[in-house]
Amino acid sequence: MKARQQRLMLILIALAALGLATYLVLNALGGNLSYFFSPTEVIEGKAPTDRIFRLGGMVQADSVARAEGDLTVTFTVTDHHKSIPVAYTGILPDLFAEGQGMIAQGKMNADGVFIADEVLAKHDENYMPPEVAAAMDAGQKAKLQSTTN
Amino acid sequence: MPSNIFQFSSPATFYPLAGRLVPWFSVIAIILIAVGLYMSFFVAPTDYKQGEGYRIIFVHVPAAWMSMLIYLVMAGWSIVGLVFNARLSAMMAQALAPTGAMFTFVALWTGAFWGKPMWGTWWVWDARITSELILLFLYLGYIALIGSIDDRRRGDRAGAILLLVGVVNIPIIYFSVEWWNTLHQGSTIKMNAQTIMDETMLVTMLIMACGFWAYSIAVALIRVRQIILQREHHASWVREIIGDQA
Repeated sequence: MKARQQRLMLILIALAALGLATYLVLNALGGNLSYFFSPTEVIEGKAPTDRIFRLGGMVQADSVARAEGDLTVTFTVTDHHKSIPVAYTGILPDLFAEGQGMIAQGKMNADGVFIADEVLAKHDENYMPPEVAAAMDAGQKAKLQSTTN
Repeated sequence: MPSNIFQFSSPATFYPLAGRLVPWFSVIAIILIAVGLYMSFFVAPTDYKQGEGYRIIFVHVPAAWMSMLIYLVMAGWSIVGLVFNARLSAMMAQALAPTGAMFTFVALWTGAFWGKPMWGTWWVWDARITSELILLFLYLGYIALIGSIDDRRRGDRAGAILLLVGVVNIPIIYFSVEWWNTLHQGSTIKMNAQTIMDETMLVTMLIMACGFWAYSIAVALIRVRQIILQREHHASWVREIIGDQA
């Protein structure tokens, strides 16, 4: 083997070893690198109960209710499997809406309500003009109707 | 004229070639970025959810792509440099580093500007954003490292090893949105599923990306010519050029 081939082999072996080490580290860290817990994970007891954590999911349709007189908002966060009620006092981001993603930071209280002190909106990776979104929505509804009929 | 491609690995033959390529890539970059910016502001439609604010995507995403791609190219040059002991490879990596660092910074900066109105925050420590910040530190660390070693050959080798060790960060950045829960949304352009993006928006983003490519090549070639002159200043052909200008 020529010297340059030896050097190439050495580099490739070192890179493979480095890749494996990184894989093992990331594997060991696992879910600790996740930014938030889903409602299912919280109900399964994977989220901390004694300190602040983040809860992420969809804002359930028809669940947002505003209190009279102050900025308190209550809504339900769901991952289409389990859901958790959330209460938040403050200004919501513009993209916050029913049926949209959100991430809240806070703590569970004794009644099983998540008391949030920060709410962020999470949007999806799809971009289109409003007409197209409306047309896709209508198409989706038509498809649902034809399957239920 | 050199008869085979390996002769271009000699700084003396590459210097004039790079000089001839610079105007072409500069013109392509100016045209594509001008057309891309015009389309970003006036042609691409308003988004159904984010309104006009989403338009920062046309700078944000191509800049983020370039930040990762330039790093991979630099790592590739490092392998070539270590294996073939070619001086020019290290010079190419060195020439690309400031552009890569700039695009990383632009991606983080535009991301903060986009995050504030849409998510409601300038910055979060989620996996995507944190790993991109680490990429910025890798670029700055590489620039500082090769700058701090006076012996060029040792400096080049140390820089190459740093670049190769840091290359594990690139798949982490790219796949972070799939591997972990993040505030950052997933990739719009997917390899294994349908891309849901309006065609005009997609074309605009790709034009901007090609413009950034051409810009990166042009400035890297300009920079590598300066590096060649600095490093080869003892060579007779460099003395002739410098003598002409002096």
